[in-house]
This record gives sequence, C-alpha cells and structure tokens, in this order.
Amino acid sequence: MSYLMIFIAAIFVNNIVLSQFLGICPFLGVSKKISTALGMGFAVMFVMTLSAIVTFLIYYKLLVPYNLTFMITVIFILVIASLVQMVEIILKKVSPALYQALGIFLPLITTNCAVLGVAILAIQKQFGLLSSVCYGLANAMGFTLAIVLFAGLRERMSRTKLPAVIKGTPIALITAGLLSMAFMGFAGIGH
Amino acid sequence: MAKNHPIKSSLTNMILALVIVCALSALILGYVQQITAAPIKAVKDNMELKAISEIIPEEFDNNPFAERTYITTSHKKKLMMYPVRRNGKIIALAIKSYTNKGFGGKMEIMVGFTLDGNISGYKLIDHKETPGLGTKVAEKSFADQFKGLNPSKVNFKVNKDGGDIDAVTAATISSRAVIDAIQRAYDAYSNFSAGL
Amino acid sequence: MSSQTIQNLTRGIIRENPTFVMLLGMCPTLGVTTSAANGLGMGLATLFVLILSNSAISLVKNFIPSMVRIPCYIVIIASFVTVVELLMAAYLPELHAQLGIFIPLIVVNCIILGRAEAFAAKNNMFQSVLDAIGMGLGFTIGLTSLGIVREILGSYSVFGWSFAGEEAYPMLLFIMPPGAFIALAGLIILVNKLRGVK
Repeated sequence: MSYLMIFIAAIFVNNIVLSQFLGICPFLGVSKKISTALGMGFAVMFVMTLSAIVTFLIYYKLLVPYNLTFMITVIFILVIASLVQMVEIILKKVSPALYQALGIFLPLITTNCAVLGVAILAIQKQFGLLSSVCYGLANAMGFTLAIVLFAGLRERMSRTKLPAVIKGTPIALITAGLLSMAFMGFAGIGH
Repeated sequence: MAKNHPIKSSLTNMILALVIVCALSALILGYVQQITAAPIKAVKDNMELKAISEIIPEEFDNNPFAERTYITTSHKKKLMMYPVRRNGKIIALAIKSYTNKGFGGKMEIMVGFTLDGNISGYKLIDHKETPGLGTKVAEKSFADQFKGLNPSKVNFKVNKDGGDIDAVTAATISSRAVIDAIQRAYDAYSNFSAGL
Repeated sequence: MSSQTIQNLTRGIIRENPTFVMLLGMCPTLGVTTSAANGLGMGLATLFVLILSNSAISLVKNFIPSMVRIPCYIVIIASFVTVVELLMAAYLPELHAQLGIFIPLIVVNCIILGRAEAFAAKNNMFQSVLDAIGMGLGFTIGLTSLGIVREILGSYSVFGWSFAGEEAYPMLLFIMPPGAFIALAGLIILVNKLRGVK
C-alpha cells in the first residue's frame, strides 16, 4: 500500500473517530471550543506518532524475539503512559510555550483509546516502521480534523435554544452522527 | 466507608511494588497463554478446514490442512494451497486468496477448484464488509452463481463492468472484491496446474 | 444487607448507569453494538474484567505506595484484559473476531480505572465486587439495549432472529457508524425523559 493511500484511508475513508469509534471520550469531552480542540489534536498528533515508533520497536525488537507477543496489551499501555509522562517533562523543560499550549491535554491522552488502538492496529496490519509512523500520524490527523470540525459545529450550536432533554450530550451525539454520515461520502475513494 | 491508609512512597517501595505487580502479571499471563495456546491454534486450523469442507462438495479422505503448501501467481504473489485427495489422488484444490479491494479493505477468501478449473465454491474467511450490505457476498444468492464457473471461459466481471456476474445490489465494490480475490486464486491455480 | 451494601450494588445499574448517565466507555459502546449479541458479549467481557480488577485492587490497595498506584492498577487491569482476551480467542472465537480491537481496549475503558480509583481503592473486597457487578451490569444493559435497538432498525432482527423476509430493506444506516451516534442519542433522550430532566 502506498503511503499516500494510508493517509487518505486513515483521514477520510476510515476516520478513526467517525467510523472506527476510537477516541470518542476526548472527541465528546474537549470539543466545546475550536481552540481547545486544536490543542488536543496537536497533542494527540505528537504522542500518537511518537508512540507508533516506540511501540513498533518494542514489539519487533523485544516481544517477538522473546515470544512475549501475548503481553502486547500490558506492555503497550505502560509504554504509552510513560511516554506521555516523559513528553510532559521534556516539553516543560525544553519548550515552556508549547507546554503551556498542550500541557493540560497530555495526561488525558493516556486514557485516549485511540493511541493504544492505533498502536495495536499498526501491529495487526503488519506494517513496516515507516508505514507504522505514517499510519500513526495519519490517524492523528484524522482525529484532529474530526474534533476541530465537530468543535466548530458545537460552537455554533451552543447559541441555540434546545429542550432540556436534548441539550448537552444527545445533541452532540446527533451532530456527530451527521458528521459521520458526511464522512461516509468518502467511502469507496481509492477503489 | 472504610478509611484508606496508603503507605508512604519512597523510591525503594515504589520500585518494589511496581516490580512485584509486573512480575505477578507476567507469571499469570504466561500461565494462561500456555493453557490457551493449543486451543487458539486449533480454532484457526479448524476454521480453514471447515471452510475447505464447505467449498469442496465431494468426499475427501486426507487432511488438506496438513498438506498445505505455497503456490505462486503469475505476478509472483504467494498463496496458500490445500490439496484435497481421495484414495491418495488429488481431486480438487482449495486456495486461500485475498484482495485489498473490499469496501472495508482486506478480504480473505477460500476458493475451491475442481481439476478442470471450475470453481466449486468459495467462503469468506476474514473481511470487514458492511454488515447487511457487503456481507451479502457471502450469501447463497450471490455465491451460487460462481459454482461450476470457469473464470477463463466467462467474462469474469460484474455486470456493471460489462461482465457476466450479477453483483449484489448496492454492494458493487464488495462483489468486485470477491471477483478480484477469485481471479487471483485462479491465476495461481492455472500457474500451478500448468506446471503439473 | 445494609442499605449501603444494596446501594453499592444498584448504583451502577440505575442512578449512575455508565452508559446513559455517566457516559463512560463510549468507544466500545458505539463501536461494537451493531447487534444485540455483540453488545451483550462486550458488556459481559467488561463485567468480568471489572469484577477481577476491583477485587484484586481492593486486596492489594494497602501494599501499594500512593505515588505509583495508577501504574500498578493499569498493569493489573491490563493483565486481566489479556486473560479475558486469550480465553475468548480460545473458547469463543466468533465473538472474539466480532469484537476485534475493542477487547484489548477494555484496558483504557474509563469505567474500569475509574471504579478502581474511586471505589476499590477505598473499600473492602466484598463491597468492591458488588460495585463491580453493579457497574458492569449497568454497562452490559446499556450496550445490549443499544445493540437491540440498532439490530431491530438496521437488520430487522433481534439476537440474530430475523422478523422480516429476505427481501425486506431495513434501515442499514443504523448498523453503520452514523446510526450508532444517532441511536445512542435517542436512547439518552429517552432516559433523560424518564429521569425527568428539566
């Protein structure tokens, strides 16, 4: 599969949030404003790409040679959790400005199932190192696109008067459903 | 509610706690992995064997799974081939083929061929087609039209592309994918039988 | 049983239902509920992990220094998830294939770590198991009902039993991704209405 196809497939056709249902919690949780959505998106992009590299190396250099592939879930979640911590510490020292922008989102990423999900999916799809990195970055871009679009819609919607039973989550879910429907239009691209 | 007394964190006891928890986890998982390894492998093997017995209508008396071997298509793609024998003589071949053109990406399919090159049947092994739409390519109403067909003797395309195969309504992509996978299997089949 | 004990059991099923009220574990909720059976299977797998993790964590809580408690809990939870995954692959291969990536992702299901931190780390084993059963059942009920609704609308069947003819055209949208969002929204509106949200 060419690298371009990985990007198109992950961003539009099989969008990680809208058609694979990974990372729904931050998608619903931090999408009230475009600015925070963007911050979350960039933080995810950073961590997901990095974790794609690290988990790939750990899987093929450590787990496979020692026949420990059944430990994948335990090891990957630990790796991602420590990676997030490390990124946080390094960012704080190296680039306080970036830390200010992304800092509050980083702890939330550990429990973002999209990061673990993408790491495991890249292994299941038997990608090489470069493809894995592309896959991680592409999915993170898909996540960012979805959450920013969604935040834009929600910003508009917050000005609308709604019945109490629909307000909040239900209307957000319906909006997400419509967005997901729009993304279904991309299905079939690349066939 | 019971009161909580967490012990004070020091470097030693933190490392100790983490090491013990990880060691216990590895121990338990290693044990469970050992007892489930055989059943998991059996499940996989059985699935392929079951698929073979479903697509080969004749009785056979060997274990095609145990005799499996790789064959190549004219494009040098490797496919797994399972010889089906009765009384030691090959009566049919099952070939595990794939396509990346499914609606949900990769699709794996087991295709059976009789020795004259006719399709005896196929079965989807792994796919991510849309439930209720793309998955209809696994149903009899679509699959039966392939039985006894020789891909080289008909126009092996869906009717939308000017071929002889009736695609599933609203699932043309999935139908094309099945044809693509069977074509690949047939390619390998004819490549293999030419060398016999 | 004291009223507190009963409350620990029923809290997760009704008042703090993880799916409809707390909105936890949304990824599997939306991702696997294309049929009632899948929803039920995922719910039970989560219930199982939750009981194991809650009881294990309530037992070891006094031996773990508080600064490393979260990593320790994560390892414990991930181990049980892997146990469930291996057992499922061996003895329930079809369900395992259907649920796919969402089984390892039980690890990051907020319900499990949430209950570990909010309940099991502060209570004894018996109460923690009750809490796990309540929350797990609440999650299972949520997933199964969403699965039933989507299956009825999207493939005209319930638990695989079809009630319409071969030629019927169901509302496929509901077993596709957008339908997941919309069906869940519908159920939450219904629950809100019943709870008398004003």
